[in-house]
Amino acid sequence: MNRVQRAVAGDTLFRGITRGFAGGIIVLFATLIIMLWQQALPSIHAFGFGFLIDSSWNPVTNQFGAWIPIFGTLFSTFLALLFAIPLSLGIALFLAELAPTWMRAPFGTAIELLAAIPSIVYGMWGLFVLSPLLADYLQPWLQDHIGGPLFLGAPMGIGMLTAGMILALMIIPFIASVTRDVFLMVPQQLKEAAYGLGCTTWEVVRDVMIPYGKKGIAGAVFLGMGRALGETMAVTFVIGNAYHLSWSLLAPGNSIASTLANEFTEADSDLYLSSLIELGLVLFLITFIVLAIAQWWLRPRKMGADQ
Amino acid sequence: MSATTTDEEPMPTKTTPQVKMSVRNLNFFYGNKQVLFGNTLEIDEHQVTAFIGPSGCGKSTHIRTYNRMFDLYKGHRTEGEIIMDGRNILDTKESSLDLRHHVGMIFQKPTPFPMSIFDNIAYGLRLHGSLSKSEIEGRVEKALVDAALWEEVKDALPHPGTSLSGGQQQRLCIARALAIEPQVILMDEPCSALDPIATTKIEELISELKGRFTIVIVTHNMQQAARVSDNTAFFYLGKLVEFSRTDVMFSSPVKQETEDYIAGRFG
Amino acid sequence: MSAPAARPPATRPNIKSHIMRRRILVNRFILLLSMLAAVGGLFMLIWILGDVAMRGASSINWDFFTQLPTPPGTTDEPSGVANAIVGTLLMTTIATLIAVPFGVLAGTYLAEFGKESKFGATARFISDILVSAPSIVIGVFVYLLLVKPMGNFSGWAGAVSLAIIMLPVVTRTSEEMLRLVPTEMREAALALGAPYWKMLVQVIYRAAKTGMMTGIMLAVARVAGETAPLLFTSLNSPYWMDSMNEPMANLTTDLFNYAMSPYADWQRQAWGIAFLITMSVLVVTIITRLALHQRSDA
Repeated sequence: MNRVQRAVAGDTLFRGITRGFAGGIIVLFATLIIMLWQQALPSIHAFGFGFLIDSSWNPVTNQFGAWIPIFGTLFSTFLALLFAIPLSLGIALFLAELAPTWMRAPFGTAIELLAAIPSIVYGMWGLFVLSPLLADYLQPWLQDHIGGPLFLGAPMGIGMLTAGMILALMIIPFIASVTRDVFLMVPQQLKEAAYGLGCTTWEVVRDVMIPYGKKGIAGAVFLGMGRALGETMAVTFVIGNAYHLSWSLLAPGNSIASTLANEFTEADSDLYLSSLIELGLVLFLITFIVLAIAQWWLRPRKMGADQ
Repeated sequence: MSATTTDEEPMPTKTTPQVKMSVRNLNFFYGNKQVLFGNTLEIDEHQVTAFIGPSGCGKSTHIRTYNRMFDLYKGHRTEGEIIMDGRNILDTKESSLDLRHHVGMIFQKPTPFPMSIFDNIAYGLRLHGSLSKSEIEGRVEKALVDAALWEEVKDALPHPGTSLSGGQQQRLCIARALAIEPQVILMDEPCSALDPIATTKIEELISELKGRFTIVIVTHNMQQAARVSDNTAFFYLGKLVEFSRTDVMFSSPVKQETEDYIAGRFG
Repeated sequence: MSAPAARPPATRPNIKSHIMRRRILVNRFILLLSMLAAVGGLFMLIWILGDVAMRGASSINWDFFTQLPTPPGTTDEPSGVANAIVGTLLMTTIATLIAVPFGVLAGTYLAEFGKESKFGATARFISDILVSAPSIVIGVFVYLLLVKPMGNFSGWAGAVSLAIIMLPVVTRTSEEMLRLVPTEMREAALALGAPYWKMLVQVIYRAAKTGMMTGIMLAVARVAGETAPLLFTSLNSPYWMDSMNEPMANLTTDLFNYAMSPYADWQRQAWGIAFLITMSVLVVTIITRLALHQRSDA
């Protein structure tokens, strides 16, 4: 082989190798889905579609329905987003617009460091530090001053509310830092044009910066949501791990991830294990859908081109 | 009446315009760095005043004091006075929000907001107060007619502002500024991002608008200054070198720097 | 168009001032809330880190690093988590050794060859999904893939599950860093007559090295704190490991077991582990960030 042929062969080989590894990711993903599906089949055959909406989970009688953990996953994620979105927007606004320049970098890093703390540490801190405080102060106050079906039950400190708060804490740095970057990308002249019309800072943010960056912000929210849905350790510590269906924020509940963490190694029958795997598959599909929407939403297209 | 740094300026003969803004001894600082030095001039009402000068001469900085845009940035500060309607607009007690209702601004690049064509213009109206839906519609149409854009966009009002061409976007921004009926319109190199045809349209527009508005335009294009303006100020290194009627400045400049710049010897 | 000689004094009336006042008040209120949110975020960081440090630092001593765990309530023997420290380091290292070459090469394909192709778009999409996929599901997957067929929990299974979590992060970071290398540099190398692959390996990788290292270090820091995927793969063990083929102790599952136990001395040990993991992860994260900043300043 001469020099040119060798070079061409080298290129082809290198390209082939890298392509193989990129393909490896697709294969890995396909294997994951197929394997979970196969191993979930006994449960799928036994319970059918009812698995998703049945709220009995009883290893003794081998009766498994996933509604309680599914509900808990969705409910805790909803609460987390409810807390996290306004706070993240506030933090991003401060970091991008309000803070003195010298403060922005250290403050931004501090917020991002919140994301570096391992989730299990959040869980442990939530269990030992936050939930006693909630049980002693916040939850009785909520019952006395607001009451209603949302705040029923003994104030134990653990439960949906605590899970939602810890999850919010975990996804805030994520949503806030993306939103800050989005705010920083708004062209200065566009902001000046709005100020030039006599807008206050808040009006510039509300009417120009958020609409301009809404695609990026929505993408960040979706990604944060994907994270909250699948978060395991932080939730397992504080959600209460009870098969109990309630709209009360103070009631203990369960999520798909915490069910898996608690029960997977204890599953003593094939159907039990298969049901847990189906639960994992359901969680994977839920996050897949959310993340796919986020990807679709974030796909490159003309900026700010819709009304 | 045009003030000047020179004494031998011939007085205009026809009507004597009222002074709209009177700038006295304006200094400007970026932190510790002074970039404007004792600028003193007067902006005539219902006239077009052009600011010319090489890049970095301070003409843009100067115009941005007229609506206090520098308020947005820390460490930027002014000294001196700008009197408009008997009030010093640089006084920190003056509301910059209020000021900016009366002093509109057009930027180098078109800045349509991320909303529909209609909302881009209605936005400022809604901001300032309680107009009815039909009043807003009327004002939007009037602004678009004034900005010579109505015929082109009347069937596309719900479309995003960004869907327009560059020249149309700039006229949209002018319409947006006109809608809230300011007294003064500042234009910071409004044509520098536009093609020659779009530029011509904007220049025609400026001539039409000056009957109703006081216009101050920063431009790096001397022909443009000569075409559209009544008075011209030449800035160099942060100082106001010469300020006089445009025809006078371009035919018989007083200062050597002005003559060199106009003759294209630097800048 | 000359104005009348006597100018009316109020050519510039104040705009309806109640509207203006309300707008200014709303603005101040929102800005205050924004500042409170930011200060609140900082406060939470300090609170959590402070708690972990105060409760955990006292558990850290020589025995903590050198001794094996003891049953709860043991007071006469020194107690530590030496096996878990080694286990975590070992599994994280192996995971890195698997995920980095795999991810860098896959990222190379996405950046250099698969920009437009359907195949590349699919691999990129799946990587993005996997980056945020629930780590516990990865644990379930590796359990089915390795633990069940091999018949026992093992350090290998733990390392593989961590590698699967790292892989998409490394892939996407590599792709992005390679894309940041300016086209001129590629063209300059190709103009010298270098084959494309040599240009990549000898020039482009070098140019993208710092960025890729940063991504890799952040990914390592992330998996070092992962718990969920280890629960049913490496499991846990109170003993020193003889090989990677048996259940392997690690810090995060120790932390989980200790913290969930009712024993005060185990809970103390849990805070010690939390302190160790948090500090290690934060130190790696901060150093990596500083390195990145230095580079972007230069």
